[in-house]
Amino acid sequence: MSITKVTQHPTQNEELIFDRSQTGRIGYRLPKLDVEETNIDEIIPSELRRQDDLDGVPEVSEVDVIRHFTRMSTWNFSIDLGMYPLGSCTMKYNSRLNEKVARIPGFANLHPLAPVAGAQGALALIYKLQEDLAEITGLPGISLQPAAGAQGEMTGVLIIRAFLDKRDGEKSRERRVMLIPDSAHGTNPASAALAGFTVKTVNSTAAGLTDMEHLKKLCDEGGIAGLMLTNPNTVGIFEKNIKEICDIIHQAGGLVYMDGANMNALVGVARPGDMGVDVIHLNLHKTFSTPHGGGGPGCGPCCCTLELEPFLPIPRIVKDGENYKLDFNRPESIGRVKAFYGNFGMMIRALSYIQTHGAEGLKEATESAVLNARYVGHHLVEDFDKPFDSDPMHEVIFSHKKQTRKGVHTLDIAKRLIDYGFHPPTIYFPLIVQGAMLIEPTESVGRQDLDAFIDAMKAIAQETVENPDLVINAPHSTRIGRLDEAAAARKPVLRWQPDMETLSKTA
Amino acid sequence: MRYIPNSPEERAEMLELLGLASADELFRSIPADIQLGRALRITEPLSEIEVIAEMERLAAMNTASRQPSFLGAGAYSHYSPTIVDHLIQRSEFFTSYTPYQPEVSQGTLQYIFEFQTLICQLTGMDVANASMYDGSTAMAEAFLMAQRVTRKNKVLIAETVHPEYSEVAKTYTQHGDLKIETVHFDKESGRILSDDLSKLDDKTAALVIQSPNFFGCIEDLESLANKAHEVGALLIVVVTEAISFGLLKSPGACGADIVVAEGQSFGIPLSYGGPYVGLFATKEKYVRQMPGRLAGVAYDKNGNRGFVLTLATREQHIRRDKATSNICTNQGLIALAATIYMETMGKKGLQEVAMQNAQKTAYAAKEIAKIEGFSLPFSAPRFNEFVVRAPKDASELLEKLRTERAIIGGLALSRYYADNPNDFLVCVTEINTREQIDNLVKSLKEISN
Amino acid sequence: MANKIPENLHYSKDHEWVKVDGDVATIGITDYAQHALGDVVYVELPSVGDKFESHEAFGSVESVKAVSEIFTPIAGEIVEANDGLNDNPEAVNNDAYGDAWMIKVKMNNPLEADAMLSAVEYEEYLSENE
Repeated sequence: MSITKVTQHPTQNEELIFDRSQTGRIGYRLPKLDVEETNIDEIIPSELRRQDDLDGVPEVSEVDVIRHFTRMSTWNFSIDLGMYPLGSCTMKYNSRLNEKVARIPGFANLHPLAPVAGAQGALALIYKLQEDLAEITGLPGISLQPAAGAQGEMTGVLIIRAFLDKRDGEKSRERRVMLIPDSAHGTNPASAALAGFTVKTVNSTAAGLTDMEHLKKLCDEGGIAGLMLTNPNTVGIFEKNIKEICDIIHQAGGLVYMDGANMNALVGVARPGDMGVDVIHLNLHKTFSTPHGGGGPGCGPCCCTLELEPFLPIPRIVKDGENYKLDFNRPESIGRVKAFYGNFGMMIRALSYIQTHGAEGLKEATESAVLNARYVGHHLVEDFDKPFDSDPMHEVIFSHKKQTRKGVHTLDIAKRLIDYGFHPPTIYFPLIVQGAMLIEPTESVGRQDLDAFIDAMKAIAQETVENPDLVINAPHSTRIGRLDEAAAARKPVLRWQPDMETLSKTA
Repeated sequence: MRYIPNSPEERAEMLELLGLASADELFRSIPADIQLGRALRITEPLSEIEVIAEMERLAAMNTASRQPSFLGAGAYSHYSPTIVDHLIQRSEFFTSYTPYQPEVSQGTLQYIFEFQTLICQLTGMDVANASMYDGSTAMAEAFLMAQRVTRKNKVLIAETVHPEYSEVAKTYTQHGDLKIETVHFDKESGRILSDDLSKLDDKTAALVIQSPNFFGCIEDLESLANKAHEVGALLIVVVTEAISFGLLKSPGACGADIVVAEGQSFGIPLSYGGPYVGLFATKEKYVRQMPGRLAGVAYDKNGNRGFVLTLATREQHIRRDKATSNICTNQGLIALAATIYMETMGKKGLQEVAMQNAQKTAYAAKEIAKIEGFSLPFSAPRFNEFVVRAPKDASELLEKLRTERAIIGGLALSRYYADNPNDFLVCVTEINTREQIDNLVKSLKEISN
Repeated sequence: MANKIPENLHYSKDHEWVKVDGDVATIGITDYAQHALGDVVYVELPSVGDKFESHEAFGSVESVKAVSEIFTPIAGEIVEANDGLNDNPEAVNNDAYGDAWMIKVKMNNPLEADAMLSAVEYEEYLSENE
């Protein structure tokens, strides 16, 4: 198999903008200063001003900028290009309608400190989204302030801490254990640590579920503040004992926090509030289709029971007769987690997503997401090791166990998938499955694309047997090959410097 | 649903292949008693026409978005070149994920590297990360980092740091062993009160100063850095108005150890408070204590230069409860917008826009100070914001200005500082024309009589 | 892959090696440990004068995507840390028993080393646990 390298650019390697810079190039124009100019020394004395002439900041034209970013963009894989089956990331279609409405000037030009009377539309929108998310989760207390999932988690565990401190007073200090399954996202223990909890790990069973005996044993040891559980869990299986799990934690005096990263399997079908969960975060940038944008922004609403509502961050957005207002008077609140009210632009997009789907469309999306994952699982079970027997929900996990004897590992399979035109799945997560490949197609993939993905995976399984080196040395179709990450970490180069090598060597 | 490719017929075929009679059977692993069993009580599906109409209706209620405005205080109205919003909407940028697979993410990784470089250049620091949520959370993370670096447990924060930033820091640190003390400001200059710096001692992890501060006053960072360093504390500099980097001496050149900033001014719409982008920069020797993602140079086996996420062992997905931060998703796309903004404006543009802000603000301050009964309480040099002391209650005055003249005249400080009912904060940027400024002055004069 | 296990050293079940010279123990990690870690990119070591109990973590070794704590089998005070590993962390992969020694500890109780595994015992321990 021979694949030629991508060479549609004038140069194989678009330079850094700093290398393109030419003294005197201009890419902007401002209106002429329309007030009388004052000697700058009278406004700001020279010792407080820059003396370095912004050394190193590029000078380029608008055309230079457009070409620079357009060329670089072609090196990225994207959802719009094809299936992006990153497990636990929910890479679904990001509608252009959502982008359009978020840019309506009445939203985009609204200052966060504008008088409330002049911002009623924004507050009404936040309130509406709060109501819809409360209905979707079955948890009526809600704040949209957290900026992303990890911050929503932090908010959730801070609320648990505040509740325990209030309920138990001084004795709360004896309750500092947060239980977290061994399959959890790394943000869970990191967020728990921020709230002053120590983490104890709950084992998973061979079936990929929470080990109930271990959970009980840990609860018997006492000091339980709560449990942080993802459901469906990170191997894509619904924790069918969720009600019993919640009961056990509640009897032990703790609260249950659910990581809502995998809500795309549940919307319209089942609600955390009905399962006994006390507090949850959502990822609007997963389940509700706001764009991932190469790493963010997100929006991580925190939803909780009425009992926990007094502890939500301030300000709350509340309705007062026909008007909406900001309520700062919440003495039991954990405080503010972010300046202003959260990533409002993401809230507009999420509401647009919800309204476009409606109740029936949301359920249809959930069904399609689960069906697609199940379909992939069904077709790959012969070729790849599927560590758990249970039916997957919206994502399905495989491992490299059948391929390692040929020296092919998960990383190699991932890189080879790139040659077939697919983004790799999430790899080496969760940690409880060696060489994990976590595949989440989402509802945004049609059957032809699913079949092409399945064919690619099967072809790679075959190549592993017939020509393992082809897989081990993948990708073969990209502008650059695998990068030496160890060398990069040993001598980190984290910024451009004027004396840096101008151009990379030719490919 | 039009975003779901498979037709009902195709789905029926797929279900049949899986041996399932209906979509409901996909959810057999969810016990029946916790299934919803009814339709969600939310809207019927709306068409594109209907969604747009509803959103336009809501947006139209935001009357403040259309009025001439002199609001700043952590969110600023600035010019954004058209190509910023154009380029960030390229599919390859806005529908991609965190660049964990470098071979198919070089576009993202290279702009992160450029972003890191530009932030270093502007702040005068050695290293910058790939972004934080916003300025406020970046500051909270800086507190935690200072504690890790110095192994000391007291942070002194200026009273003139954005009050909402201080609130966020309190939330983040409430269960750790970090003590936060406030340093007051000098009522004459509006700068930090030197006498109050006696609170600096050998238990202090960091001194935290915003400059230009919340009142718009530019602080003498160099002397503050010296005072912090004398007791072994770090200087954390907070910047809410990133445009000021174009004109003011960089925090790094003044001796800052950590710089955190809000990058919204770099071409990002106000959007009622977010999404914005937190900037975070520090000295090279502290890089391993830094929160957030970092992109670095790497080579493939043929010697091609590329970029990868690096030093990841600091982060939550590896170090879990011992990570430097819990942050995962950051503000990638907004960092891209800021990068495009900085590169398009370039050296000259960043300088000119900063200069225009300073000049227009100087003009507005001079004109407002001439109004009878109005004064400027603080004497320190200012960039693009300043406090005005009115002859009467500022909230009432501003409300009158809004309802009678359709001008948002600024922010009544009583929202954050209860003992200054007559003070309000005015911000003037390159967006505010002379006509707007003159009209503000005229209206203030007329309605205050 | 056969692991190098020099005969003159003491070994722990956490895969550290100890070389005794008078009342000073030199400590590093074994060839087996560096194989398991993969490419080492950073080594975090304590400062001279720090004191550790036996089996306490004294530092950490990082590869690209993992961090492992390193434990001292011997209680005592740090008299020297190998700063050379700052610039040359790959020595852990290339020369685990030589250039990549990590700390020298003034031992509280020299008998602790004698209680450790011998090269033969460590080899057996490895083969039992593979």
